[in-house]
Amino acid sequence: MITEAILTTTARLLSGASVRWVDSQPDTCQRVYFANHTSHLDVVLVWSALPQDVRRLTRPAAAKDYWSRGWIRPHIAKVYNAMLIDRKEIKVHQSPVDIMLREIGQTYSVIIFPEGGRSSGETVGDFKSGLYYLAKKRPDLELIPVYIDNMNRILPRGEFLPVPLLSSITFGPPLWLEAGETKNEFLERARNAVLKLRERER
Amino acid sequence: MTAIQLNWALAGTIVALLSVATVVGQLLARQPQLGLNPAAVNAFNGRLRAWWIICCLLSVAFLSRNLTILLFFLISFWALREFITLTPTRHGDHRALFWVFFLFTPLHYLLVWLNRYDIYSILIPVYGFLFIPLRIAIAGDTKRFLERVAKIQSGLLVCVYCLGFAPAILDLDPDNYAKCSRLLFFLVFMSLVSEALHFVWDRLYGRNVISPNINGTRTWEGMLGGAASAALVGMTYQLAFQPFNQLWHTALVSMLIAVMGFAGAMTMSAIKRDRGVKDFGTLVEGHGGVLDRIDAICFAAPVFYHVAKMLLVA
Repeated sequence: MITEAILTTTARLLSGASVRWVDSQPDTCQRVYFANHTSHLDVVLVWSALPQDVRRLTRPAAAKDYWSRGWIRPHIAKVYNAMLIDRKEIKVHQSPVDIMLREIGQTYSVIIFPEGGRSSGETVGDFKSGLYYLAKKRPDLELIPVYIDNMNRILPRGEFLPVPLLSSITFGPPLWLEAGETKNEFLERARNAVLKLRERER
Repeated sequence: MTAIQLNWALAGTIVALLSVATVVGQLLARQPQLGLNPAAVNAFNGRLRAWWIICCLLSVAFLSRNLTILLFFLISFWALREFITLTPTRHGDHRALFWVFFLFTPLHYLLVWLNRYDIYSILIPVYGFLFIPLRIAIAGDTKRFLERVAKIQSGLLVCVYCLGFAPAILDLDPDNYAKCSRLLFFLVFMSLVSEALHFVWDRLYGRNVISPNINGTRTWEGMLGGAASAALVGMTYQLAFQPFNQLWHTALVSMLIAVMGFAGAMTMSAIKRDRGVKDFGTLVEGHGGVLDRIDAICFAAPVFYHVAKMLLVA
């Protein structure tokens, strides 16, 4: 509770994030927030950008190898109610998508970064297929594109000291898997939805 | 009147003036049949809200020197955030930026707090100036090197170094703090008033636009008329609160503030046009960023500081 308040406030002050909802509203219905990924703070930032009642029902998916190391990271992951996904060992019926679907049940929403890893922030990389399988197995989930701007300048890859520039987070309108849409078509459409929010930023 | 009574009189006058302006603004907003441009009325009311905030914040200057310096440090820090956010930087600038934000900015204000004019007047223009290109060179990215260095240097100079002279005014006369706090208030008050006067002159008598690429409403008539009427307002102010010893001193300083405020707004507009944005930030939705409100003060503060220093000694 206290850690949550401290972390949320720190993340907001540090990033100076302004939050925008474009053709979209915060809601407690089950959703998948998919965002571009450029820094370790992204998870914290998207999560803190949500209103409190929505935040309580939203679980970020985080990499197990990063978030289970040391003692502070697991603690933070616990505060965010994160689901730790092993991206190294993937077994049958234990694929990240299966784990996620099991963890969110019929109540939670999830934050994912479909690029798979952090990018340099110049462009948004190609999406991994997880988002497609999520959409296919649970067609009732609303898929919300999220664009995080400037985080790659605040804490770029390979740096550990942040520079306090101002970032912004934009939530876009929901999309769903269309009937007869192939995997590549769908992933390209999802990626373009994120990129479209980026153009709105400029 | 004693110094404390003068402070109260000044605070009362400011509150009264702002209240009158607010009432007028609200009346105008409710009288659409007058045929005034509703956008202009809205802009006026938005400005007024910003002025209320500035005056409330600045009232700490009458109470505490420490808090005033802290306040200006926070404003500088935020303005620098807005400035660098709008400026394209590369990964190679990251470490240099870290030192700019977490070493040079606090150190400058620490020295202002210690009243070490001899060090803080050269810390950023000399040592900061030399450090930034060195740190970027060590990072090894040569693309548009000079351009990136210059951008960070200008941000630091405008947002931190120039604005740092505003709280430094509090140390101009070590024996009379109340007088210094009124001088700081005079600077801020006159830059707000001259901003309004420029606006009025531009609208009423503006013919020759100075530079249509940068700002289509700024005219030579507005600049000269604004400066002249700022001198008149300053002279009225002199009769009541005597910031300087001579009437012509106050008139001269008022004109300088008006001209420098104009220069600040013009220069910052050029940067914003280049980046293709309307405002530097969105701290308060629809009111622009901090830097949009303080650009005039950033340019006026160092000039005011040095001229006031000379005039007070004379």
